[in-house]
Order: sequence, then C-alpha cells, then structure tokens
Amino acid sequence: MKTDSRFKTLIKSTNDVNFTLFGEIVTVPKGTTLAAAILSNFGEASRITETGALRTAFCMMGVCFDCLVEVDGNPNIQSCMVLVHDQMVVKRQIGLRSIGISKDD
Amino acid sequence: MLNNQSEIAIIGGGVVGLSVAIGLLQSGHKVIVCDGEDSDARASFGNFGLVWGQGKGWNFAPYAKLTVDAIAAWEDFSKNLNDLSGLDVSLDQNGGFEFFTDPDKLNNFISMLEIQKGHAGNRFNYEALSGDELRNQIPGIGSKVVGATFSQLDGHINPLRFLRALRRAVKVLGGQIKSNASVKKITSNKDGGFSLILANGSVTSSEKVILCAGLGAIKLADQLAFKTNIRPERGELLITEKLGDQLPFISSTIRQVDEGGIQIGGTHADVGMDDNETLDIMVDLARHAVEIYPALSNVRVLRAWGALRVMSPDGYPVYAQSEEYPGAYLITCHSGVTLASLHASILSDWIENNVRAPNLEAFNENRF
Ligand SMILES: Cc1cc2nc3c(=O)[nH]c(=O)nc-3n(C[C@H](O)[C@H](O)[C@H](O)COP(=O)(O)OP(=O)(O)OC[C@H]3O[C@@H](n4cnc5c(N)ncnc54)[C@H](O)[C@@H]3O)c2cc1C
Ligand code: FES
Repeated sequence: MKTDSRFKTLIKSTNDVNFTLFGEIVTVPKGTTLAAAILSNFGEASRITETGALRTAFCMMGVCFDCLVEVDGNPNIQSCMVLVHDQMVVKRQIGLRSIGISKDD
Repeated sequence: MLNNQSEIAIIGGGVVGLSVAIGLLQSGHKVIVCDGEDSDARASFGNFGLVWGQGKGWNFAPYAKLTVDAIAAWEDFSKNLNDLSGLDVSLDQNGGFEFFTDPDKLNNFISMLEIQKGHAGNRFNYEALSGDELRNQIPGIGSKVVGATFSQLDGHINPLRFLRALRRAVKVLGGQIKSNASVKKITSNKDGGFSLILANGSVTSSEKVILCAGLGAIKLADQLAFKTNIRPERGELLITEKLGDQLPFISSTIRQVDEGGIQIGGTHADVGMDDNETLDIMVDLARHAVEIYPALSNVRVLRAWGALRVMSPDGYPVYAQSEEYPGAYLITCHSGVTLASLHASILSDWIENNVRAPNLEAFNENRF
C-alpha cells in the first residue's frame, strides 16, 4: 500500500514548476525546496541506505544527509539544499553512489 | 588523595600506549593506562591508516628492518585483536602504490627504495612502473602520472576502528584505562617505583612507567631525564562521500576506507601545535587526487581535518630506558599504526629484558 504524504502545502501559488519525481509529473510552487516537494507529495522513503534502511528528509537544513536523492543524473544530492526547477528529474538514491568512469581532460 | 597501585603505568592511551599495553597484558603484567584529555593533540584520531613500508628507513637500516618486521607481524596481530575485541580492523595487505607526476621525483624515490631494499636484506621489494604500464594495469589513472612504484607489502586498515579495537582489547585483557587522566608530574620514589600526579590531584603509583604520550611527552620527557625533543608536524586530510564501488588501488596519498569513503592526504607542515585545516591544502589535495584518478573529480568531499604527527628529531622511533630513573621508558614514533604489531609483541620482552628481548640499541636516545 502506498503511504500518502503527511504534509499539506499552505502556499497557493500561480507560479508553479513541473518536474518528474520518482517517475511521476508533480507540480509545486516555485521556490519550493526539493525536500519540501518530496515530503508534500510522497509519504514514502526517498532514499534506501546501503544497509537497506528507509530514509527521507529529516533536518531540512543540510545536516543529516537523510534526504539524498539523484537529481538529473547526479547522485547524492541533498534535496533540502536545492530548489525545484522546471523539467528536473528526481530519482530515489538507492545504496551508495558509484565512482563512474575515469576520464582525463 | 586516592592512591592507585599498579605494576606498570602507561602514560598515553593512543595507538602506541594501547599497543604496548596489549603486549604487556598478554605476558601477564598488571597495567594501567592514564590517558589525557579530549583537547590533547591526538594523532591516533586523525591518521591515514596505512601499514606501509615504501621509503621507511631508506637511510637508516635498523628502521627499514623494523618496518619489514612490523608489516610481517600485522596479519597475526589483526587476528589477535579480532579475537580479543570482536572487531575486524579490515587489514588489507594486497600491495600499494606511490604515484608520481614529476619524473625526477620518481627517479629519486626509486634510488631510495634500492637502498632500502639493501637494508632489509631482500625482505623488501618493489616494482617501478612507467605511466603507460600503470595505465594498462589500472585503467583510469590520469595522463599526468609519469610512473609509480609498487610494493606488495603495503596495505592499510580502518584507523578509527583500530583505535576502538585496541581499547577494547586492553579492557578484555584486564587492563585499566583511565580517561581524562592527564599526568602533570612524575616523581620517582625512594624505595623504587614512581608516582604519577594527575591534573585532578589523584596519584597513581607503579613499579614501572612508560611514557607513550605522543606530543604530550614534550612536557613530561625531562621529568624522567629523557632528552628526546619531540615536535609536531601537521598533516591534512580529506574524506569523500562513501562510494559503492571499489577504488582499484591503494596509494600513500589516496585510499578507500572499507566503509566506502576515500581518504586523501599526505601533506607535511611545520606549524607548531596548530592542527587546523587550511583551504590552500584542501585544494591541493583535491587537485592531486583528480590528477591521479580523474574519475574522482565529481566525488564530494565531506570533511577535511588536520592532525599533528609525533616526530622525533630524525623521524625514527625512540625506544629508550631512562639512565637516571631505571624502570622509566620512553616509546614514541611517527608510524604508530604500522609499528603497532611489534609494539604489541616484542616490546614486552624488551621491557622485561628477558632472553627474547629484541636489540633496540639503534633506537635509544644516544643518537641525539
Ligand atoms: C595526518 C597523519 C597521518 C598519519 N598516517 C599514518 C599512517 O598512515 N600510518 C601510520 O603508521 N602512522 C600514521 N600516522 C602516525 C600515527 O598516527 C602516530 O604515530 C600515532 O597515532 C601516534 O600515537 P601515539 O599514541 O604516540 O600518540 P597520540 O595518538 O597523540 O596519543 C597520545 C595520547 O597521550 C595522551 N596524553 C598526552 N599527554 C598526556 C599526559 N600528560 N598524561 C596522560 N596522557 C597524555 C593523549 O591524550 C593521547 O591520547 C599519521 C599521523 C598523522 C598526524
Ligand atoms: S534533510 Fe537533513 S540534510 Fe537534508
């Protein structure tokens, strides 16, 4: 069963941004942090740790790292520290990130 | 005043003091470790975790030999530690690299290793690789790397878990560790033995005293008539976020901790007791890591810190017995992780002065 968000967005805005959150198109007021957008749209974990623990945004101020997600292909982004922008594609952070391919410039 | 009686008192509960304590406890001695304050400079909390041989003792044969012995003793030591503490320090001795971006420095280092090899009676060996050989062997090494040396003997552990394992092992063996127990004054008693007066006024008495206080020995050495001048040398380090895949090498400046984070380090600065990190060095360290392995360029650095090395005047270990105060010993070194396997074994024979006692003459204070 899917858990609904326990948060309500109070601000009514006419200036909205649309982005893709965990595969679904979501609309939030411009200026919303990604963590707030996640909490107000999903009641489930936005991150699964290496050991399998479920996590989502907690401190909302850049300290706990529980809010990590993948943003536009970049892993381990603290969602409480970035604002949502149009066309953003956000995926869950599952386990540890990888190093990637070594390329010289 | 509280008076605490013990056979052997060790001043300092860093990796050196705790390793020595384990050896003494395992040979049946009663040991108390008096460890200072959290505000002390503590190399054991800030180091790089290498069990490393390359370059060690190239211009001092006894140290080259000691290091090879220590490296060889690590496997048994880590098993012993695991049995005692239940903690696995993640010893990995699959060989390590020294990378170079300057051909002169590479050639210079190769000449040093040649001499080191001579000292260690071929128990130490190394390979030299050109940049291209290296890139063939480890895809992804940066184009600025002109070459590397590799030693099969080199490796690393998890340094913070190691410290925890040592503390647990000492307690399991019945040793006592007193925290917030800064020794301010040491007096030798007329009827033999020593009294250690702590900052809180309590007194600990013991038949023997072993000074292993790292940089804290600067203040205590002359109370026991030791003449070694110890000095701090700052090293700075970075640690990155944890990575799911494995870095395909260990080097003396870039290594992956078993938990996934990459530690970057290897700087040296003479700045007194200042253990702050600096922006300039952080930038240099990050640039170095990316030069060696460009894939690290988008990996985030989570923390940076500075820590102070414990240096004797020539950088080699000191194993000294006080001539004026028999029963007082000074043990200090700058590679306390690497040497821990010996500190936890042969030093108890040396302190007992039994038939197995190693010859550590070369490391006494007469050389200063
Ligand atoms: C940046 C850096 C990287 C390093 N990397 C490596 C490495 O990769 N491999 C390696 O082998 N070595 C490495 N080292 C060296 C290694 O960390 C040290 O050799 C080792 O930690 C020294 O241990 P110690 O117990 O002598 O000193 P410390 O760790 O400083 O411990 C001394 C202890 O004595 C206590 N003390 C001080 N004064 C008193 C007093 N008056 N009374 C009671 N207690 C007192 C302190 O509280 C402290 O706990 C590194 C060091 C640094 C700084
Ligand atoms: S919610 Fe704690 S760091 Fe983002």
